[in-house]
Amino acid sequence: MNFTLKIWRQENPNAKGGFETYQLSDISADASFLEMLDILNEQLVMEGKVPVAFDHDCREGICGTCSLYINGRPHGPDSGITVCQMHMRNFKDGSTITIEPWRARAFPVIKDLMVDRQAFEKIIMAGGYISVNTGNAIDANSIPIPKQAAETAMDAAACIGCGACVAACKNASAMLFVSAKVSQFAVLPQGKIEAKRRVKNMVSRMDELGFGNCTNTYACEAECPKNISVSHIARMNREFFISKVTSPKKEV
Amino acid sequence: MIKLDPKVPDGPLAEKWNKYKSSQDLVNPANKRKLDIIIVGTGLAGASAAASLGEMGFKVKVFGIHESPRRAHSIAAQGGINAAKNYPNDGDSIYRLFYDTVKGGDYRSREANVYRLAEVSNNIIDQCVAQGVPFAREYGGMLANRSFGGALVSRTFYARGQTGQQLLLGAYSAFMKEINRGNVTFYPKREMLDLVMIDGKARGIITRELNTGKIERHSAHAVVIATGGYGNVFFLSTNAMNSNGSAVWQCYKRGAAFANPCFTQIHPTCIPVHGEYQSKLTLMSESLRNDGRIWVPKKKEDAQRIQKGELKPTEIPEEDRDYYLERRYPAFGNLVPRDVASRAAKERCDAGYGVGNTGLAVYLDFADAIKRLGKSVIEARYGNLFQMYEKIVDDNPYETPMMIYPAVHYTMGGTWVDYELQTTIPGLFATGEANFSDHGANRLGASALMQGLSDGYFVLPYTLQNYLADQINVPRFSTDLPEFDTVEKDVKSRIDKIMNVKGDKTVDTFHRRLGHVMWDYVGMGRNEEGIRKALSEIKEIKEDFWKNVRIPGHPEDVNLELEKALRVADYLELGELMALDALDRKESCGGHFREEYQTPEGEALRNDKDYTFVSVWEYKGDGEAPALHKEPLNFEFIEVKQRSYK
Ligand SMILES: Cc1cc2nc3c(=O)[nH]c(=O)nc-3n(C[C@H](O)[C@H](O)[C@H](O)COP(=O)(O)OP(=O)(O)OC[C@H]3O[C@@H](n4cnc5c(N)ncnc54)[C@H](O)[C@@H]3O)c2cc1C
Ligand code: FES
Repeated sequence: MNFTLKIWRQENPNAKGGFETYQLSDISADASFLEMLDILNEQLVMEGKVPVAFDHDCREGICGTCSLYINGRPHGPDSGITVCQMHMRNFKDGSTITIEPWRARAFPVIKDLMVDRQAFEKIIMAGGYISVNTGNAIDANSIPIPKQAAETAMDAAACIGCGACVAACKNASAMLFVSAKVSQFAVLPQGKIEAKRRVKNMVSRMDELGFGNCTNTYACEAECPKNISVSHIARMNREFFISKVTSPKKEV
Repeated sequence: MIKLDPKVPDGPLAEKWNKYKSSQDLVNPANKRKLDIIIVGTGLAGASAAASLGEMGFKVKVFGIHESPRRAHSIAAQGGINAAKNYPNDGDSIYRLFYDTVKGGDYRSREANVYRLAEVSNNIIDQCVAQGVPFAREYGGMLANRSFGGALVSRTFYARGQTGQQLLLGAYSAFMKEINRGNVTFYPKREMLDLVMIDGKARGIITRELNTGKIERHSAHAVVIATGGYGNVFFLSTNAMNSNGSAVWQCYKRGAAFANPCFTQIHPTCIPVHGEYQSKLTLMSESLRNDGRIWVPKKKEDAQRIQKGELKPTEIPEEDRDYYLERRYPAFGNLVPRDVASRAAKERCDAGYGVGNTGLAVYLDFADAIKRLGKSVIEARYGNLFQMYEKIVDDNPYETPMMIYPAVHYTMGGTWVDYELQTTIPGLFATGEANFSDHGANRLGASALMQGLSDGYFVLPYTLQNYLADQINVPRFSTDLPEFDTVEKDVKSRIDKIMNVKGDKTVDTFHRRLGHVMWDYVGMGRNEEGIRKALSEIKEIKEDFWKNVRIPGHPEDVNLELEKALRVADYLELGELMALDALDRKESCGGHFREEYQTPEGEALRNDKDYTFVSVWEYKGDGEAPALHKEPLNFEFIEVKQRSYK
């Protein structure tokens, strides 16, 4: 297959950046999208040029590292998968493919297609955990958990933290990401103890970091490679409301 | 000259670890604050150690290649984690898990370490559940289990097909909690390029900041290497693209001996290779063997017609299918250990019965299970794996059997450690896949996650403390010391040298070539002639690399080609050591199959008389032959037998 690639090139966080066009031919339909970029990069190196910087690691849709905005969609045209899981057979032979980085105020570009998503870490740091120290745990089966609750928690916990939800949102909101973590713990008995504190701290950290508001357009759910549901946002809003109206003024 | 002292406490097996814990030295809380620990790696082994040591009050500095600790390779583990809980009441026990692990490792691991692993396995599950890890549950609310290869009990806990993800997120959240409390600092996007020693002890590391290329120095009272395995020597493997052997290799060159480098695990159920442009291989979890049946056609003509695309697997009647694992190993059937399953697949394909257009694939068939349990049950169990398969192969595994073939997956070999997980360099510890400790010559499924978390949550916090107890009067180290100058200079000159080759071939060309050599001669089947050939070819590739590799751009910038080149330079040396080790071990055991040493039925033939030892290699300098030391393995509690899964 043959393709014309329009790729965002930006030397560093402060550089202006712009699109460059490349031609690629003889690409196997069975090659993955990132393998296609590997081939381009090999070609660029052989021409003495600097290859395109892009993020990736596991190449099987679980580490959340890959982050390309392809033809106007995070992770490209297929739904329910990451870009590293996409294959060239999803594209028409001879077509032009536009590749950009995630664009969001909270995710500055590092170089070319790589962005810095450490804002997500800061949100988790604010409360995305259950405060239990090593060695303090009781026997695992002494906390029975309804299968349904475990399944809901798992649905939420499947988030890979890639940031597609932020990239898809016109407000660059991180609500889906944050709500998935809040939800996972809110439905489990172990997580309920700190639930109020958690949601308050995580939401306020999210606001501080420059993510936008949620205006219920649900582009996040549509583009999420793990099909995380916006129902978690609703649960988080509920949790947040409860925490607001029931928390004591002073943290103890 | 290195000294190999495994430091196994004496006394009965079941009491060793308790004995150690009750007699080890402790550090008081006020002194913990004054002691710095460097942890390299944020996978299960690194993240769990960072959280636990931070909770205890030590000052911990953690380094990782990724921007987020959650992206470490452990995230990709699919199938599950073992523990001896015996919740299904099927006869499991700590002793049985210990026994299965030693037997599965083909009697090439250290008894005391393995027993401890089995002993703490139950605490791991408790810890993870307390953290909110959403393991699969039964309707009654209790934890669910599945079976993995090499065991006759169901002891594997899982979270759909994303167990590694959930366990890592658990460890990561505990680790983030400690960052928030201020005891732990995370240094993202840092690749460790060398180890700094002061007066013979590990006291720091040199890193490269990957976004800017800046070379940095970091000091501590002790250093922990939790950098994972080196399977990517083979170019194609199931490991993530950034998994690498460099930290371990640089430590080796500074004096940390390397154990059993040739013990590589080839996993039987991976999606077959489809083209030269391919960058990695995808695992289809071993858990699939709970319900999938493995077969190839009984008749060679059928296999040939399938290869040509003239026949579909669903058109082959039951009586013309060879369920070769069930035939050869009736007791364990499709759940034989990985090394056995991989070799059996290779044997069938080499004999001409393989399927797929290359003939290098076998079927993993769910038709029976779907008939028995219904599609929805299979979907609930393996849905994400089936989706992954369909996206890659463009074929629906609910309707046609999956095609699978063995691929490089895990390295049992690694940095040699004693019972305390300390390497031959005082103050340098190695945990997780980076060390060699618990899996002998073959790792059982769902045991790597167990080991990583055991090392990090439950072993290192004790043993590292024991080491630090006599360092409480040692002040923090300045990174201006001459020892740091020297090592930093070494690192910079290595980078200059590689940048200045300015040749005309890409890094991947060399890596791919090395991968082919390793796979052909130091892969699933090995023999003396092949290994010697590998040694001479690796030498040629190495020479070519240092003459012709091309790295565009600058070192003080994001430079992905430079990152790869530094790792490939190490792989070229590590590959050579793997070949040397494979040559030296004149027996077949676990994942190391020397074709010269097999039983008439084609099973691995161990030589216990001459090879019941750990091969421990000591670096002797550039261009010098490394020295081989032997740590004898004494089996006091288990009777060493021919491994049989029939
Ligand atoms: C696809 C797949 C599925 C698997 N499934 C299972 C399973 O179901 N059950 C099971 O028990 N095991 C499984 N395994 C094996 C298991 O996942 C690994 O052995 C285990 O996760 C390794 O953990 P670790 O913490 O030792 O290392 P890793 O998770 O590999 O972490 C290594 C860390 O070191 C960092 N690092 C590496 N080099 C450097 C450097 N030079 N400088 C700085 N940082 C560095 C990396 O950034 C990373 O943070 C699977 C493996 C694969 C590949
Ligand atoms: S590279 Fe890991 S999710 Fe895409």
